[in-house]
Amino acid sequence: MRLFPRTLAAMVALCAACLSHAQGSAPIKVGLMLPYTGTYASLGNMIENGFKLYVQEQGGKLGGREIQYFKVDDESEPSKATDNVNKLIKRDQVDVIVGTVHSGVAMAMARVAKESKTLLIVPNAGAGAITGPACAPNIFRTSFTNWQPGYATGVIAGQKGYKRAMTITWNYAAGSEMVKGFTEAFEKSGGKVLKDLTVPFPNVEFQALLTEIAAQKPDVVFAFFAGGGAVKFVKDYAAAGLNKTIPLVGTGFLTDGTLEAQGATAQGLITSLHYADNLETPRNNAFRKNFALAYKTNADVYAVQGYDTAQLLAVGLNAVKGDLSKRDELVAAMRKATIDSPRGKFTMSASHNPVQDFYTREVKGNNNEARGIAVKALADPGAGCRM
Amino acid sequence: MQAASTGSSRSRLSKLLPVAAGLVLAALPWFVSPYQQDLIAKILVYALFALSLELLVGTTGLVSLGHAAFFGIGAYVTVLASPQGAPASIVWLVPLAMLAATAYALFVGALSLRTRGVYFIMVTLAFAQMAYFVFHDTKLGGGTDGIFMYVRPVLGAGGAVWLDLEDKRHFYYLALGALALTYALLALLLRSRFGHALVGIRLNEQRMRAAGFRTYGYKLAAFVIAGAFAGLAGFLVAVKDAAVNPELLSWHESGAVLLMIILGGLGHLRGAFIGAFAFTLLKEFFQSESLLGPLASHWQMTLGFTIIAFVAGLPKGLIGAGQMLRQRRRAPVREAADE
Amino acid sequence: MDLATFLVQCLNAVQYGLLLFLVASGLTLIFGIMGVINLAHGSFYMLGAYLAFVLAPWFGQQFLLMLLIGVLLAALFGFVLEWIFFSYLYQREHLQQVLMTYALILVFEEARSLLVGNDVHGVQAPAWLSGSFALGDLMSYPVYRLFASAACIVVAILLYWVVNRTRLGMMIRAGASNRDMVRGLGIDITLLYRIVFAGGVALAALAGMIAAPLSSVYPGMGGSVLIICFVVVVIGGIGSITGALIASLLVGFVDTFGKVFYAEYSGIGVYLLMAIILIWRPEGLMKRGA
Repeated sequence: MRLFPRTLAAMVALCAACLSHAQGSAPIKVGLMLPYTGTYASLGNMIENGFKLYVQEQGGKLGGREIQYFKVDDESEPSKATDNVNKLIKRDQVDVIVGTVHSGVAMAMARVAKESKTLLIVPNAGAGAITGPACAPNIFRTSFTNWQPGYATGVIAGQKGYKRAMTITWNYAAGSEMVKGFTEAFEKSGGKVLKDLTVPFPNVEFQALLTEIAAQKPDVVFAFFAGGGAVKFVKDYAAAGLNKTIPLVGTGFLTDGTLEAQGATAQGLITSLHYADNLETPRNNAFRKNFALAYKTNADVYAVQGYDTAQLLAVGLNAVKGDLSKRDELVAAMRKATIDSPRGKFTMSASHNPVQDFYTREVKGNNNEARGIAVKALADPGAGCRM
Repeated sequence: MQAASTGSSRSRLSKLLPVAAGLVLAALPWFVSPYQQDLIAKILVYALFALSLELLVGTTGLVSLGHAAFFGIGAYVTVLASPQGAPASIVWLVPLAMLAATAYALFVGALSLRTRGVYFIMVTLAFAQMAYFVFHDTKLGGGTDGIFMYVRPVLGAGGAVWLDLEDKRHFYYLALGALALTYALLALLLRSRFGHALVGIRLNEQRMRAAGFRTYGYKLAAFVIAGAFAGLAGFLVAVKDAAVNPELLSWHESGAVLLMIILGGLGHLRGAFIGAFAFTLLKEFFQSESLLGPLASHWQMTLGFTIIAFVAGLPKGLIGAGQMLRQRRRAPVREAADE
Repeated sequence: MDLATFLVQCLNAVQYGLLLFLVASGLTLIFGIMGVINLAHGSFYMLGAYLAFVLAPWFGQQFLLMLLIGVLLAALFGFVLEWIFFSYLYQREHLQQVLMTYALILVFEEARSLLVGNDVHGVQAPAWLSGSFALGDLMSYPVYRLFASAACIVVAILLYWVVNRTRLGMMIRAGASNRDMVRGLGIDITLLYRIVFAGGVALAALAGMIAAPLSSVYPGMGGSVLIICFVVVVIGGIGSITGALIASLLVGFVDTFGKVFYAEYSGIGVYLLMAIILIWRPEGLMKRGA
């Protein structure tokens, strides 16, 4: 009698595992592990929409096979990441994993994918280690390494003649890596970073730190925040009156997908990113038009990255005609690919990260407008990657 | 007459049951899928964690809301002490992890046992939060992302490797062995004079003190031993995922392990195991889309209601429920005789 | 750090401390008078914040009116919650209270997810509170933060008046000292407890509503406030509102200046403070009833 609840529960769990064995060999099983809730929820949605747009443009098939989607909400929680990605790999047995936004979560995903050799394409998270010490032949990225946009922004700040800077960001891998990139470029141009301020993720209480910035009076402030945090920071910066006295620069995430909410407080902000809304190329124009038609909202950098993830996967699948068992050929094709992206053409570095141009952008109205190229064909160092 | 024979057969049964359960668990890896094997391994690790808390809460009556601190410290030290290139040896890694957890337990216990009741609960929570923020905010760990172990430890000598924890099955047996060993040790402890003193402290500390026991010392010893075994569980959880994260020290984790032992039944060692099993399976069950459909995404609510129902209706946990059922089966015979 | 910056940081610390006091006062009342450990208290704070998010579009500029309505709604919610759930907890052991209120947090989080979704939301302060005024030549201080501090002070005075100068307050204080005697005097202790609980919930919700424009509205915001509140209540002494006020301000200062000077250790600072105070005074700074 005492064993009854335990036995019943065990039986139930075993049945659950049996039922979830996926059937069907024809469609390619794509596991989307993205944030569907929390501060990065809108980014997760944009990535998924971009991915699906490309698939739709190809007639719903990649490499001649249909796509079957499995979704897991990673809640931007690194502590649940291993369990969540194992659900896709072991329980749903997907062929490809696409994810995610948060660098910490992506790190855990990369480790598990490296062990299980599942194909993983990262559509945003810029953790350096993923294309660094933790790299693997089956792991690709279509976005950036955190170091890249930070470095490009540092170049811009140096070119503008600023000499003293302060940085502020969330206290996690993405933040510290971007600050590192900024610091490297800024110091190379003769500047000095006075102090690095951090806020625990995803906290948005900046008041004490804004006061500190006002006290130290730097020439420029470098900030990395994204999603809801970016909205709050830019607004708080203006509320503290700092936007009139101390210039603010940031990586593009500070103003991407957030301009409507930020409104007047973001006007004139200079950022650097591998994408700008008004790039006047046929490719970008067509992409933005199709995206707006399909989803009734303007595309941003996250949508572009999702779109390019599908493109990269398609390159590989076309090379092996949809036969995923030909893993080596698939990977080789993806590595050699030149992706015709709305951001401009880019290639893959040896550590499977995009080698791409970084634009200088300025906020005008509801758009991040390109003002020129800050750094051309910037590759991330990929230090520590051995493949 | 009858009572005596049922008494001895019951105690024989209660001794055989853990052994039987151990044998079943040892045989399981040959019958289940890798996903299920991993799930059961996770349960074994959490059962060990719950067992350590059972000594503190169930036996000694000290409700600690910060036990996850020792769990997390054991886990972090395991990863921090593991070299990047080559596998560490279990022989020194396990004692090191346990030592770190024990040290913090000594510090926390010495200070918090000066308070009582509700204050004790709050102080243990506060010290756990301190440890949490050390790993969450400072450069010691990897911040909110946690840190990763590049190579899992092994047990070997010379050139030979006997236990390679990269192999999931080896890990399973190590976890099972650790759990069995801890269970046996604690069972022995409870039978000793020390264990009886702890029970006495839970029942009436004043009387124990009047009888001449230095209760502070006994409570501190229980606290430290509980911390040490939590550290062992921490070692296992670190090796299982090869990753640690500050959330291992969070009060959610402390709350979850408290839930496990109350779910199983306080005051019984096997309650910890039953509780860990039931809690983990309940969570899997409530999160499973194939069984509950759209309700699965709202598993927090179903889990919450279930916990409330359990704590309210079955305060003695599953073991208590079993005892109640057994008593009710025996009672009707006597009631008929009375009438 | 120059004097001007120091003063501004003090202002920041006080503002944070006062908001904390609002939540903590509710907790210490419930804790001290009914003897219930309520882990779900942070959820009431979250309730207030989400109330602000939901009600703001309807009330527009009538911010004060919205606060009032929100407080009344929260009090009603607290009244009902005590009736159907918390009244059963008074006789139970602390461990059971801990677990049942922990489960309640899960239920509330899920209910929030179902009703309002999981996104992060901002709440706009009303236009008449939205400006900033210049402090020196380099920065300005948002008017809304001053309003928040002022509102908390008003509530604190009201609370003091109710507890120390009204009949209801007298009954509350008596009930805290000796429950049975109060019942023996013919006072309906059940109704009294229900009112106190509703008051505690309303206080926490009010804090949430005021804080919403400052810290955004997001899932899990209750959790972070809860732990700090427990620290405040324990430092101040369970059941003491004055103690909660002193402790909140202490915590506000430790946290704010900690963030500026020792960013990495600011999280630990508060708990270190609590540990030190408890070793010195195991029952908190002020004993119950003050």
